[in-house]
Amino acid sequence: MGDFLADLFQNGVEAGAQKVTVVLDQDERSFTMTVTDNGKGMDEAELVRAQDPFYTDGIKHRHRKVGLGLPFVIQTIRMTQGRFQISSRKGEGTTVTAAFNLEHWDTPPLGDLPATLSQLLALGGGHEVVVVRHLTGPKGRGSYEANRSELLEVLGNLEDLESLTLLREYFRDAEKNLTEEVK
Amino acid sequence: MTLQELRAMREQGQKAMDRRVGGDKSIEIIVGMGTCGIAAGAKEALNAFVDELNSKDIRNVVIKQVGCMGFCHSEPTVEIKMAGMPDIIYGNVDAEVARKIVHSHILEKKLVDKHVFDRPARDILKQTTGKEK
Repeated sequence: MGDFLADLFQNGVEAGAQKVTVVLDQDERSFTMTVTDNGKGMDEAELVRAQDPFYTDGIKHRHRKVGLGLPFVIQTIRMTQGRFQISSRKGEGTTVTAAFNLEHWDTPPLGDLPATLSQLLALGGGHEVVVVRHLTGPKGRGSYEANRSELLEVLGNLEDLESLTLLREYFRDAEKNLTEEVK
Repeated sequence: MTLQELRAMREQGQKAMDRRVGGDKSIEIIVGMGTCGIAAGAKEALNAFVDELNSKDIRNVVIKQVGCMGFCHSEPTVEIKMAGMPDIIYGNVDAEVARKIVHSHILEKKLVDKHVFDRPARDILKQTTGKEK
């Protein structure tokens, strides 16, 4: 699932967003990722085409005939009885919600979430990223939040090995505390 | 961990870096993180680089993430730039190959032959050169 998150996130950054917000909401039955960007957005026709695996805007590679980011997510969600939603407004931005059904056999595992989050934040560029993580367990619901600009100020840069390592540790610690709080 | 604790750890790390000899000669690792790279395991490869470099105490490294480099047929792809070695693009870099690259390319300055790739996919070449090769 971390792969899908990375892909959705990159779409937001590549849409020229100044801010990408990632909300991750998990309980025993589902893991929902909502990625909102304030990038260039899409009109209705583009929005339909973006979900077609045999369409790409051709900006990155002119002769490419496929664009598989969103289709991969949609295919997995359909296969595993999850929920997928996308809305966009030209010039304003896009919101993608992918809710994974954790009770389905074929739902891919979450993977190493701290490593994924550290990599998202370390992706180069001048954009802001806000990560909001919610987890609901037997003891209730807990949350934490992280901002790229704040972490950038603390670490100086996010691309050297030490920063990446510290960033990963930071999220490992946040996930550990969150799990202890609610489980 | 609070942000203050994170800042303190960062400052401590930077002091240790400053004490090193030759710490300014940095190594650049560029990881292709397009849909193709991610689907093929680029996140795991990047993670393996972080772990292996830390375990070998190699600190003067910058790790950059970029989009698709046009090597979709041999993802994950990773480019290594460092003094004393040519710039090399490696393909099919899983966690094990990432560890090999750290040992062989970065530490011993020997190429990991089977994973060296020198040209992008045919459709990408077509767009840059105007004809297929």
